[in-house]
Amino acid sequence: MIGVELVKMLRRPRTWLVLAMLVALPTLVAVLLAVTDIAPRPGTGIPFLSAVLSDGTLFPLAALGVVLPLFLPIAVAVLGGDAIAGETQSGTLRYLLVRPVSRTTLLLAKLVTVVAFVVLAVLVVAAVSYLEGRLLLGQSPTPGTVSLSGSTLSDSQIAGRTALALGYVVVSMLGVAAVALFFSTLTSSAIGAALGTIGLLVTSTVLLGLDAAGSLHPFLPTRYWLAFVDLFRDPIRWDDVVRGLLVQLAYLLVFTLAAWASFSTKDVDE
Amino acid sequence: MSAVIATRGLTKRYGELRAVDGVDLEVGEGDVYGFLGANGSGKTTTVRMLLGLVLPTSGEAEVLGRPMPAARRSVLPQVGALVEGPGAYAHLSGRANLALLDASGADRSPRRERRRRVEEVLAEVGLDPADRRPTRAYSLGMRQRLGLAAALVRRPRLLVLDEPTNGLDPQGIQEIRELLLRLNADGTTIFLSSHLLAEIEQMCTRVGVLDRGRLVLQDSLDSLLRPTGLVEVHTPDAERVLTLLGTAVVDRDGERLLVGSTDTAGLNAHLVGQGVRVAGIGPYRRDLERVVLAATHAPAAAPPPSPSPSPADPSEPPSSGPPAAGAVERADLQGLRRVDS
Repeated sequence: MIGVELVKMLRRPRTWLVLAMLVALPTLVAVLLAVTDIAPRPGTGIPFLSAVLSDGTLFPLAALGVVLPLFLPIAVAVLGGDAIAGETQSGTLRYLLVRPVSRTTLLLAKLVTVVAFVVLAVLVVAAVSYLEGRLLLGQSPTPGTVSLSGSTLSDSQIAGRTALALGYVVVSMLGVAAVALFFSTLTSSAIGAALGTIGLLVTSTVLLGLDAAGSLHPFLPTRYWLAFVDLFRDPIRWDDVVRGLLVQLAYLLVFTLAAWASFSTKDVDE
Repeated sequence: MSAVIATRGLTKRYGELRAVDGVDLEVGEGDVYGFLGANGSGKTTTVRMLLGLVLPTSGEAEVLGRPMPAARRSVLPQVGALVEGPGAYAHLSGRANLALLDASGADRSPRRERRRRVEEVLAEVGLDPADRRPTRAYSLGMRQRLGLAAALVRRPRLLVLDEPTNGLDPQGIQEIRELLLRLNADGTTIFLSSHLLAEIEQMCTRVGVLDRGRLVLQDSLDSLLRPTGLVEVHTPDAERVLTLLGTAVVDRDGERLLVGSTDTAGLNAHLVGQGVRVAGIGPYRRDLERVVLAATHAPAAAPPPSPSPSPADPSEPPSSGPPAAGAVERADLQGLRRVDS
């Protein structure tokens, strides 16, 4: 069933459109940087962006920093929101269920497919932005890169930590995917489920900027999204990364179970 | 005859509304069962409960001898269904849609086998397997054919079809009807839900009628349409027949009479012998529409509204008179149909 769902995802024009949009934004940033040579001051704005003018190979990390806060979660919300509600809308859900496909299997296949999309998206963004960084941005002649803590990281260290960072970004989207899937089982409107999810993310972001909500901050789904930056300190600062993992796993577990509870007893009568 | 579908007290409530109320269905092996009912009478909800899509509030349902929805994993692979219109991914071709659906689920066949039967079933319902257009470009009739193909692709023992000829042209309806009857002759039991009386009457061996959630009638078509023991007589000498036959005349509408008799020829000879001019005579059989209307107590069709109803207008000719009695009588008589004369 997972295979069938993956084929469905890959054969959908929308999947490729979303990927193109995810790549377009970092490309625009790369072109602007290359043309103007104006980098943000170190420590401000998007992580790593100040460094890419001298070392283009760091651009994949900056690109993830560009798409992670907004574009990627919206894409995940749209795909996850479509998971069940989209099948309801196209009238195909009832035919899948009488095939029969077990409801639990279908739900898990949908979740795996959304996560597979995130992996694909992160890899495509990283690969394209790596090429752009090499072609358009700084050609650093020095071997090794200066870490955020000031020491020098070897190329293999950078490669390993970049892989970790990509994995962390994927994990960061698990919570969004599970929430979107849950909303998708509640409604027959794919757009509604996606908007509900985006609404939750916006709420989380707003609360993060509010000191009065300080006690809630550690539990908000977007709180540790940018913690992958800590992987480039020397030594690596794991605290926030681990907390981010735990928060995402908690959201994944709770909302997947909620989605299962909602879907497995739902009357499919639309 | 073993029961392919059997329900006992099947009930679905939505809040206060009883969409399906204590339904006891019985569909035998090899039947073509016509499930009739007005829109909103609970047909589709019943079908969805049989397929495990909707969970009953109370009551039991058995399909192919096993309880639903508990045994859906073993029952549904042997069931093909078309429920409330076909469903397809708009951006994929009909063939790709079918292939994806067939590849879903736990009991996958080898790839070559799936490929073969998808092509076969598409040709069978009258779609071109080489058609690469996305289904969003399909006409309603083509979509309906695709939905039927999806129901047939695994050669089910039981077909549950909800309005299968919806959107088809008369020739398409004829094709699909022949296809279904051929499948039935090969042993497929067909459960056909429809509000089209003619469709049911032409295909079905058994009929169930649902009215506001209740099964008000369930019988074989033959016994529903059995001879009524009445003979219809058309004659300009209606008054004479009334005096001749007396209480044997059970109904009269102008020159049409209904006479209680099973011997049409003898009645004809008797009337002619008495000098009655007989314009037409034949045994009467009720048709399905009449049977269904009687079972559902549907009100007779309202008279057409007059172009300018003006109660204050005294010049209204009284001849148009009260329409009620005559109209009802005529509606009753329209339900009676000459079979052979």
